[in-house]
Amino acid sequence: MTSVTAVQQSGPDEPRGGRPGRGGRGGSPPGSRRPGASGPPGGKAFGDRAAWFLVLPALIPILVLSVGPLLYGIALAFTDAQSGRTRSTQWIGTLNFQDLLHDTLFWDSFRIGLIWAAGVTIPQFLLALGLALLLNQNLRMRWLARALAIIPWAMPEVVVGIMWRLVYNPDAGILNETVRDLGLGDGRDWLTGLATALPAVILVGVWAGMPQTTVALLAGLQNTPRELHEAAALDGAGAWRRFRTVTWPAIKPIALAISALNLIWNFNSFALVYVLTSGGPGGRTRLPMLFAYEEAFRYGQFGYAAAMGCVMVAVISVLLALYLVGRLRGGEDR
Amino acid sequence: MKRGPMNRGATGRESTGLRTGRAARAGQYVALLAYLVFLAFPFVWLISTAFKPARELGSLHPTWIPEHPTLDNFRQAFDEQPLLQAAANSLIAAVSAALIAVVIATPMAYVMARHRGRLASAATGWVVVSQAFPFVLVIIPLFLVLKNLHLINTLAGLVLVYVVWSLPFALWMLAGYVRAVPAELEEAAAVDGAGRVRTLVSVVAPLLAPGLVATALFAFITAWNEFFFALVLLKTPKEQTLPVVLTHFLGAEGVADLGPLAAAAFLATLPSLVLFAFIQRRITGGMAAGAVKH
Repeated sequence: MTSVTAVQQSGPDEPRGGRPGRGGRGGSPPGSRRPGASGPPGGKAFGDRAAWFLVLPALIPILVLSVGPLLYGIALAFTDAQSGRTRSTQWIGTLNFQDLLHDTLFWDSFRIGLIWAAGVTIPQFLLALGLALLLNQNLRMRWLARALAIIPWAMPEVVVGIMWRLVYNPDAGILNETVRDLGLGDGRDWLTGLATALPAVILVGVWAGMPQTTVALLAGLQNTPRELHEAAALDGAGAWRRFRTVTWPAIKPIALAISALNLIWNFNSFALVYVLTSGGPGGRTRLPMLFAYEEAFRYGQFGYAAAMGCVMVAVISVLLALYLVGRLRGGEDR
Repeated sequence: MKRGPMNRGATGRESTGLRTGRAARAGQYVALLAYLVFLAFPFVWLISTAFKPARELGSLHPTWIPEHPTLDNFRQAFDEQPLLQAAANSLIAAVSAALIAVVIATPMAYVMARHRGRLASAATGWVVVSQAFPFVLVIIPLFLVLKNLHLINTLAGLVLVYVVWSLPFALWMLAGYVRAVPAELEEAAAVDGAGRVRTLVSVVAPLLAPGLVATALFAFITAWNEFFFALVLLKTPKEQTLPVVLTHFLGAEGVADLGPLAAAAFLATLPSLVLFAFIQRRITGGMAAGAVKH
């Protein structure tokens, strides 16, 4: 696959792991190509009209059910829309956002959301990296690890939540039984304890997202040139140095992409925590998504919930931009 | 960990190299074992719970292996909740969504892979940005739109949402598969006088078939597992899908009948696990193929 792709790509000057939307490079719009200029393989420009025709079946649903609702949602944030109200909805400017600014419950929830997102994403990445490095070795039982990695990945999130509730169950759960067997006390009610609920939920998040991250990193590792490794080993470089000088630079683009995506996915996570704790005890695990869901569909405050959604997008975008800019710049200095 | 003939120097040094190699290997196996246990134990516990009789579930010293395995929990699960109806709803929603998504995504993925224009860039951009959508910002307007169309509490409405929701990943994967089809083949077809659409249907599609199947199965699994949209959009038990019905086992105070809960959860997972095992290699390959370009 790689070789085919390489033939089709237009030039050597393209940055690796670059951004989407570089199809338009080269200046001339594809429709305006000289007829008969067959060009290099893959430079096959077909007319814009044909392209539109092919895109249309997917484009209409995307516009109606994805782009449209997104814009509609942003607009709703500036209204007093409520569920089941007879009076017509009014524009209220930034009132929702002003209210939100003073809503300590929301900011508590937001803080928990950030702790959750970072608390899941970072261990997830480190554990996945470890597993990917192991799977990249010539070990026996690799097939077993691959097979087991399917479980968290393919399972419905609801079932993951149910399953871990069985593990955490104070009486019939295996965790407390193990704790008792090891003589570490009577165990506790992990998911309803004020101190343990958030860590317990974070552990489930790590477990659930690990395989995907592992697979992505493994794909990166397998593209690392073997000769470089061997050359570095011959030069007497230890395992850590080889990792830092050979492996890490090779997988860095994938590592950045997958951890950025994980951060977003985790921040927007809903089903796991909904099933595990429904946001309890006392809101200790009430992620922003759960908060906004309740605001919208339990209390019917559509406008206010939409404003929460807007704030979530804004903050996560800023964080992500800072993260990516920082990491990419760090890469250029080296 | 290269050793053997490459190790210059005396035999003594070579053997120490060998020994540290072995120690490192052992460490690697221990680490791998720890990972295996971590990945597997919750699932083993779920299965164990599903087959335990009520008496063992109430015991204060639960065991890994049920002493008197039983199918009572499964029977009870079907009695307590409309699982068959829910499974049928899930099946209808997931199959429809997967088929529609692949049918409409393939031409667009083709454009994304082959066309060099603003349209393809915009499509790729949407694929990436859509990953960052917080569902909460989309679900409220979707709810209102579907309500106006009288599609709330219908599977048809849910299918529409699932189609759009599975499009980004489908497009990403399919575009990767299209890139893997040699462009020369298409040029040959063009020389033979085949039109754009003919080329797509008779040359590209057959070569894409395995990728299409993998993408459809992935879209199926995604829809089968989905919870949030189903929770918001489906109100009556008659219409609800499996993940939503599963949460009914949890009860109001979170006091659950563990056996039937585990049994139902186990059954609901099986289709996803089986299908995923089937396509795993293609999915991981497709992700990598998509990533080569982007």
